[in-house]
Amino acid sequence: MRITQGTFSFLPDLTNEQITKQLQYCLDNGWAVGIEYTDDPHPRNTFWEMFGNPMFDLRDAAGILQEIEQARNTFPNHYIRVTAFDSTHTVESVVMSFIVNRPDHEPGFRLVRQEIDGRRMRYTIESYAVAAAAEGSRY
Amino acid sequence: MNDISNVQIRDQKKRYAAGVLKYAQMGYWDGDYEPTDTDILAVFRITPQDGVDPIEAAAAVAGESSTATWTVVWTDRLTACDKYRAKAYRVDPVPNNEGQYFCYIAYDLSLFEEGSITNVTASIIGNVFSFKPLKAARLEDMRFPPAYVKTFAGPPTGIIVERERLDKFGRPLLGATTKPKLGLSGRNYGRVVYEGLKGGLDFMKDDENINSQPFMHWRDRFLFVMDAVNKASAATGEVKGSYLNITAGTMEEMYRRAEFAKELGSVIVMVDLVVGWTAIQSISHWCRQNDMILHMHRAGHGTYTRQKNHGVSFRVIAKWLRLAGVDHVHAGTAVGKLEGDPMTVQGYYNVCRQSYTPTDLPRGIFFDQDWVALRKVLPVASGGIHAGQMHQLLDLFGDDVILQFGGGTIGHPDGIQAGAVANRVALESMVLARNEGRNIAEEGPQILKDAAKHCGPLRAALDTWGEVTFNYQSTDTSDYTPMPSVA
Repeated sequence: MRITQGTFSFLPDLTNEQITKQLQYCLDNGWAVGIEYTDDPHPRNTFWEMFGNPMFDLRDAAGILQEIEQARNTFPNHYIRVTAFDSTHTVESVVMSFIVNRPDHEPGFRLVRQEIDGRRMRYTIESYAVAAAAEGSRY
Repeated sequence: MNDISNVQIRDQKKRYAAGVLKYAQMGYWDGDYEPTDTDILAVFRITPQDGVDPIEAAAAVAGESSTATWTVVWTDRLTACDKYRAKAYRVDPVPNNEGQYFCYIAYDLSLFEEGSITNVTASIIGNVFSFKPLKAARLEDMRFPPAYVKTFAGPPTGIIVERERLDKFGRPLLGATTKPKLGLSGRNYGRVVYEGLKGGLDFMKDDENINSQPFMHWRDRFLFVMDAVNKASAATGEVKGSYLNITAGTMEEMYRRAEFAKELGSVIVMVDLVVGWTAIQSISHWCRQNDMILHMHRAGHGTYTRQKNHGVSFRVIAKWLRLAGVDHVHAGTAVGKLEGDPMTVQGYYNVCRQSYTPTDLPRGIFFDQDWVALRKVLPVASGGIHAGQMHQLLDLFGDDVILQFGGGTIGHPDGIQAGAVANRVALESMVLARNEGRNIAEEGPQILKDAAKHCGPLRAALDTWGEVTFNYQSTDTSDYTPMPSVA
């Protein structure tokens, strides 16, 4: 399977040139860009590890791409995403987030059904990769 | 009464002599009135009966929507009646519509109960619309002062928190209404939900009239739909949802359905506009207490929003809904099968999404509206739209919108999943291109064709619907002169 979190997961993986253009768009909007990585891509795992703080003062797309490359070299088999933050009043949240690195093989998720009273069901989603190995060696 | 002037009678003895006075003479017209920062303002489009003076008609609207009755009553003098009288303060002829006038009315804040849209509507549209001296009346817009806005909790979730909960950023959300809207069993219905969500949609949706009919009772629907939602979530690694319509005949039954939706882990429930303002505010509070997104289907609004000369503009309904507290509202597509002039529809979107909505006559916004950080409503574009219009939709509405392709997903020649894939690929390609600085309004069709090279389902969608448009004259457009006179 292919995890389709993020803004552009239905497109072929973005090239560095495409990523740079998206970074430039973020910078032109005054957003700060951060890089985050994980090997636990559960849909409700909000807090991926930060590859450093959001780069509030780095206003150069090429520089941010270098950081992405460094993250890829450090965590070649992790999910890595670029997240843009807008500090405008009444927004003050993430405004863009797209995956720039993913493992070659994505085993996906198991839907665990717990039958309870009546015909009701309690659902849990469990990552096969997370269940199979410890953090850092899952992919 | 032979006095035909529009001047308020200041002599208290004459003013309160038994009999009938003109509304203007009773004090409901004051051309010199300067609205205060805490007044609630309304602008009506009125069509007086032949021979009725527009100023008197405006005063009558002010009177009938505040303290007046048809005759003089001495009991007014027991009250601070000058304060309670709404004041018509400005009357402008409607450009290019002879016999119609925009009349502006100011209402003192103490006329209203805090935090009650029901009370606002009972006052402002309570009985003036049946008033004989008017052929027709339409409430065009309202301004709510921050002092009143802050008495409402507003949307239980809001755009920002909804995106954080769903983990979906930087693009419009995608949805589809399960079709056919009537007749599917719970099992068959859940099949459509699963296919659409697995294919790439973020949301599926119950239609407005799916409640609990003989072919599918509500509990069956909820159980099968939530199995589909969770299965699709596991298949994609994304948070998914399906708007479970909890609209029912009583509030008690609505709560029962809402609780069941919560027990099953749904992220969202929906109600129809026809449940009424009190029910909307009640369920909004429930949603706030239960971390539930509240989807509003504007069922029935066309009966009073569509005709320009009579009813209530949807921009007013949108303002009421933001105050009352819904998270999604259907606000038109401009390019689809349902009524909607593009500028007018953009006006509705601005009401839903901005933190401050400035006066914008081409978009039908008559007043500055400060929302004082009230959460934002995510507008929904739904009805007769398809992947081939993606560039127009993104260009018109930007990122904070839910694009719902019902027929445009389920009617795909290669199946529902393929329909969903086509929509998602079209959307992401268009967002990517826009962010790269390309002019999507012009290059859109080419961008879609290029994207279709690596996506068979999109190619099939464009072949099927690429040329379908709904070009009809809109009935609800803004009437304004480019340089409005400051009267």
